[in-house]
Amino acid sequence: MNRKKLIGNVVRYSLYALVAAFFIWAIANNYFDYMFTQSETFLVLLRQHVVLVLVSSLLAILIAVPAGILITRPKFKRAEWIVSNIANLGQTIPSLAVLALMISILGIGFQTAVFALFIYSILPIFRNTVAGIESIDKNMIDAAKGMGMKPHQILFRIELPNSAYSILAGIRTAVVLNIGTAALAYVVGAGGLGVWIFTGINLFDNGFLISGAIPVTLLAILADYILRKVEYAVVPKGSRRIEKA
Amino acid sequence: MISFKNVTKKYGEEITAIDDVDFTVEEGKIVVLLGPSGCGKTTLLRMVNRLESISEGEIIINGENSKDLDPIELRRKIGYVIQSNGLFPNMTIEENVMLVPDLLGWSKKDKRERFKYLMKLSGLDAEDYGKRFPHELSGGQQQRIGVVRALAADPPVMLMDEPFGALDPIIREKIQDEFLQIQREVKKTILFVSHDIDEAIKMADKIVLLRDGKVMQFDTPSEMLAHPKNEFVSQFFGKDRAIKSLSLHTVENLREIIGLGPVDETIQDTKTINVHQDLRNTLSMLMNQEADQVIVKDDHGENIGTITIDLVQKYLHFEIKGKISASQEG
Repeated sequence: MNRKKLIGNVVRYSLYALVAAFFIWAIANNYFDYMFTQSETFLVLLRQHVVLVLVSSLLAILIAVPAGILITRPKFKRAEWIVSNIANLGQTIPSLAVLALMISILGIGFQTAVFALFIYSILPIFRNTVAGIESIDKNMIDAAKGMGMKPHQILFRIELPNSAYSILAGIRTAVVLNIGTAALAYVVGAGGLGVWIFTGINLFDNGFLISGAIPVTLLAILADYILRKVEYAVVPKGSRRIEKA
Repeated sequence: MISFKNVTKKYGEEITAIDDVDFTVEEGKIVVLLGPSGCGKTTLLRMVNRLESISEGEIIINGENSKDLDPIELRRKIGYVIQSNGLFPNMTIEENVMLVPDLLGWSKKDKRERFKYLMKLSGLDAEDYGKRFPHELSGGQQQRIGVVRALAADPPVMLMDEPFGALDPIIREKIQDEFLQIQREVKKTILFVSHDIDEAIKMADKIVLLRDGKVMQFDTPSEMLAHPKNEFVSQFFGKDRAIKSLSLHTVENLREIIGLGPVDETIQDTKTINVHQDLRNTLSMLMNQEADQVIVKDDHGENIGTITIDLVQKYLHFEIKGKISASQEG
């Protein structure tokens, strides 16, 4: 136990030291300067990035959660493997390929990037929704039916509250992935912090690279933090322990 | 009252799960569906609240044909308890128990009062347990809540599918006793599934013994033990059914028929038992020779006599052996 703790602490503090060293190095070389000298551009790119993520994630949630609910209804259960396979297929195509394919259909710009990110976010949300609902004890559903609950009451009062943890975990995964992937939006001319990252790569300019990459990372950490708070607020107290077990 | 009239269930043409079942659960009585696994007892139970369909025949619940009723309405009027308690982890105990009244649109005040009354019945503190979640309770407490939840909207009829099957033997016996106590007060018409012979003998006013979806015998526990109708019934209850039947009788019954022995004040090493103790446990105690004299006490703690193996044997002879020797098995 003590040994484990020691190793854990060593790893943790070396990581902190590494991050600190990185920031000291970056600041010493004035790599964050662009964020302040070109603050207007920075804010535009940041806003573009956030809007891309928000729009595509919201669309994905609006499609994937209801789809997951629908596919777990007895009527559609048989179609589940088909839909799951399609969703899986979507995930196996490289994100750059999806972008390239979409350019030929939707042209370049915002809508193409949103569509590609949306396709990419569907699978984690869909899969977690289905898994969450299916993991509910069948006896519990039987009891609910036997007590005279209607199908929609079973869904809203039993199934969704008890799978909330799993569904929200899927959304969190999708959003965090999405923030990273949205850097590629630059390729189709949709802007975002990817503009500075790719400029930095092309010009071998660490300043641009870091001024683009660090905010993306912080954005992802922030989103993860916020969504964990949401999780805590939404998941019913009684099912928290069970979902984590 | 629940009447099964020539109830049959078929899967396709080939398989008959329930075959022409015909019996009645009288008002306020407990009928136990007993039989080996796969005999169709759970299927038969679930046909009452229409979780399973009926192929032929009909089930009449308090004068109404179950087929004519809306399944949702029907289920809300029938208490349903399952083995794995089926409590909803996202709801507090109070929300769990008050679910059916909530579905029926009871007022907040009525629900609150009913909850307090039910928790009093179950012996759990309403204030303390109401706000807790199911996972914070022990298995026995969860099952008590499962039973109480089925009573919530005061349904005349209850279906219980091996409700105590998942509990350890000591807790099970305790909860069975508590439940019989509650039943004496609420007097529900109960259909109860069990695969445990001792539980069936203890709980049942009448037993339906099933095999491959057919009724082998429908009788009171004592009749079934004394007069098994066929080879299957006698085998199912086992060779020790005379001993099993002792659990249906108490020391009080013995005292009424043949009387107790006198108390010998000179004997030091004594044990006492209550007059309401069943004879099976009493016999077991006597055979253990835990003491030189076993004194019977009444409810006020007064000594009213002594009991010996001889007396139990005499009683068996009068009450049970006489009946058993009348059947062919002897």
